[in-house]
Amino acid sequence: MHAVPKHIAPLVPVVHSHGRSAQEDPAWIRWLLISSAMATLVLLVIVPVVYVFCAAFSNGAVAYWETLTGDSDTLHAILLTLFVAPISVIANVIFGIAAAWTITRFRFPGRTLLTTIIDLPFAVSPVVAGLMFVLLFNQRDGYFGPLLKMGNIQVLHAWPAIVLATTFVTLPFVARELIPVMEAIGADEEIAAISLGANSWQMFWRVTVPNIKWGLLYGVILCNARAMGEFGAVYVVSGHRTGKTETMPIRVNTLFEGATAATYSSALAVASLLTLLALVTLFVKIALEHKTQEDLRQAAKSQEVE
Amino acid sequence: MSIVVKNLSKQFGSFKALDNVSLEAQSGALLALLGPSGSGKTTLLRIIAGLESADQGQVMYADEDVTQQSPKDRQVGFVFQHYALFRHMTVYENVAFGMRVRKKSNAEIKSRVNELLHLVRLEGLNQRYPSQLSGGQRQRVALARALAVQPRILLLDEPFGALDAKVRQELRQWLRQLHDEIHLTTVFVTHDQEEAFEVADRVVVMRSGHIEQSGTPQEVFDHPATPFVMDFLGNVNVFHGRVENGMAMMGALNIAYPEYPHAESRQATAYVRPHELDIERIPFGASSLEVRVLQLNPAGSVAKVRVFSEQFGVALNVDLNLERYAELRLHPGDLVYVAARRVRVFMPGTQDYEI
Amino acid sequence: MASHRVLPGFRLSLSYAIAYLSVLVLIPLAACLTKASSLTTSQFVAAVWSAQARSAYLVTFGSSAVAGVIDTVLGLLLAWVFVRYDFPFKRLLDSLIDLPFALPTAVAGLVYSSLYSQNGWLGQFLVPAGIKLAYSQAAIVFVLVFIGLPFVVRTVQPVLESIDADIEEAAACLGANRWQTFTRILLPSLYPALTTGFALTFARAIGEYGSVVFVSANIPFETQIAPHLIVQKLEDFKYAEASAVAVVLLVASFAMLIVINALERRSEAANSSAN
Repeated sequence: MHAVPKHIAPLVPVVHSHGRSAQEDPAWIRWLLISSAMATLVLLVIVPVVYVFCAAFSNGAVAYWETLTGDSDTLHAILLTLFVAPISVIANVIFGIAAAWTITRFRFPGRTLLTTIIDLPFAVSPVVAGLMFVLLFNQRDGYFGPLLKMGNIQVLHAWPAIVLATTFVTLPFVARELIPVMEAIGADEEIAAISLGANSWQMFWRVTVPNIKWGLLYGVILCNARAMGEFGAVYVVSGHRTGKTETMPIRVNTLFEGATAATYSSALAVASLLTLLALVTLFVKIALEHKTQEDLRQAAKSQEVE
Repeated sequence: MSIVVKNLSKQFGSFKALDNVSLEAQSGALLALLGPSGSGKTTLLRIIAGLESADQGQVMYADEDVTQQSPKDRQVGFVFQHYALFRHMTVYENVAFGMRVRKKSNAEIKSRVNELLHLVRLEGLNQRYPSQLSGGQRQRVALARALAVQPRILLLDEPFGALDAKVRQELRQWLRQLHDEIHLTTVFVTHDQEEAFEVADRVVVMRSGHIEQSGTPQEVFDHPATPFVMDFLGNVNVFHGRVENGMAMMGALNIAYPEYPHAESRQATAYVRPHELDIERIPFGASSLEVRVLQLNPAGSVAKVRVFSEQFGVALNVDLNLERYAELRLHPGDLVYVAARRVRVFMPGTQDYEI
Repeated sequence: MASHRVLPGFRLSLSYAIAYLSVLVLIPLAACLTKASSLTTSQFVAAVWSAQARSAYLVTFGSSAVAGVIDTVLGLLLAWVFVRYDFPFKRLLDSLIDLPFALPTAVAGLVYSSLYSQNGWLGQFLVPAGIKLAYSQAAIVFVLVFIGLPFVVRTVQPVLESIDADIEEAAACLGANRWQTFTRILLPSLYPALTTGFALTFARAIGEYGSVVFVSANIPFETQIAPHLIVQKLEDFKYAEASAVAVVLLVASFAMLIVINALERRSEAANSSAN
């Protein structure tokens, strides 16, 4: 997931190719293009997904279950992922709301710069992201190394580094979702709330949050999917120590490198869980997209009336 | 080149956009399709251009049946309501486009484009992009582009709809002049009757997929064929009532009506335009009506007076010329008398009768 | 200065955002730059311009560019088909385009390496035919095409949707055939979106690591990518050298980010000014 402009359907349903003869393509071109597009989707996307599940369940559901639960290292990886992702998501939600509030509700020098900095993590290779935290926290010559030694705190090759790296990589998601939504909704309702005597807290919970809730949830979903699936940055900072600092994606890699039939099917089993996560994310995303578009449409409508 | 349309029908889902429409535009005519939105006028124009295909019927350019031809082969000039200029091309390239796709030589393109830009008075703007032009300029680029391919006919969809009032006025006169210069058979669509009457030499009034009336602007304005045309062409006072025994009894308005001498009573509606009503201080004529003055609005080329008949509970609009208005010295609340110089009575299912 | 100073929380939210970004983004970035600058010029050059590094850049930027081009073509195809035509399961298939965004890259790598290995679903046909994709540069391109698939589609789709039917009708009235309308009218209006999509795909691809480790054998001078080189240097505790290579990657991605922003601003300006 990346800095991609979200696809918002036009407010007015566009009439395409129904009776507008100038827009119609000959039937053979239409079918040629549709079949090439479908072939692309099938080969690139559908076959891989189907493959994961087929391969993971090739020895039956029981074997599948045992592969996942019978290996304590795999279980540990699942638990670590379930521990790390929520922390990163919560941190980025708080940041996302603060950043979106600042950027959409106030004009101040450096506003564009702030927006650009929020996007930076998208442009940084996950491996470089991991490297940056290694440089800060390693105990050999890390910039904070001496400090950590004094306090006897282990950051690198432990969960704090994994959290930091994951949070860095997923930092822009919530903010990027909220900024356009809050921009479109405008500040009028919040100003009205304040003028009616609401305090900041009341304004935030009663006006802002209800308005942005779907956009926020959408950001959370994307952020979570990426947090659970992050590989490069976590690989670098975690030291990928089996049973200690492996998250699910890292566990997939370790098992894959194990290069035996057993480890290979375990790798596929863990991968199938991550694929399931991706599919669930997609479905929630479709549902939420509908809701956020509805919100934006209503915002647009209420502005029109003015 | 004349345009003949025979028995066109077009349906969008359950909506009948055109219902058996026939029409002819003489060679060199400037014809307006006038009607409210949803009347089918734009669909008719698009079918004439080949942008939409009819379910039934025929389109002929002179003697040639073009019904099955694509717009690309019909050689029509079409000016879109929102101009549809190619935004990544300069004015020059927009106008040149039709010739470029026909593989004309650069020299030929150059001389033709310059000639057209001169014609539409846009010399010197040929390197501008559409976004750098005003609405009126864009409109003229769209026209030049349509003319560049030496079209057999020129079609314009609400040509002035997106412009502000002053520019619209200028462009109307200009289009009329241009038409007189190039004599191309031209059809344009509009919902503005004033525009249709000012520019066109024939007006076709449309309503829900069929033609209500066609004729010269004078004919249509003076002899509206149907209540709809009457209503659509401007502000009217409407009276509902009955006709019987050579009388029309319209409540506030009772008049002789010899065209219907029968005893059987029938429903009818009478229409009177505001400028066809007179106001006097004292009762006059056989059927003058006592009314009270409600509102006065003398701003504009006529004075608009709104009066109310307490007896019948109807409000009427009266337009007076400014001299007459000054003479009468009306005040709100005054009791005065109105009478109609001209009344049109329509009975459902029959042609109109006029007194 | 601020337009809605009636609203509360400006200082609090601004200072929180700045503090958060400093800790997570700015300080780590500074650490990377400081570390790289601890090298002398010749050391720096030796680190970032060794034969191995040059080959890694070539693999990284080369495969990313090729994947970007492929994704641009496929993306245009998909966007066109999904905007212009109707067919069964359209909505479901349309949302599947986003799967590469949601699927962890490690899974993508694992699956692709399995599919194209000798016993894989596709490899069993391809390998005997002499097409050995697994552990080749072609395999790297392949996963990068997968990872970047949605970018072009999602940037082109809304632009294609916003193109008025009028424009195509105008071209048809002026005598253009369908192909001329496409190449002279539609494609030029899509160039900014296509370029943005390509830039996004390329930027994403040059940093990609998770999926590539599965399909590339990490052989220096052959299939080693730049992020791999960084990992290798890190594992040898050559932090400064790793940082130097990272700086090269950072400069490349930031350049792409600037290009993307400029492109987006330009196309926004074009969209808002023309009717």
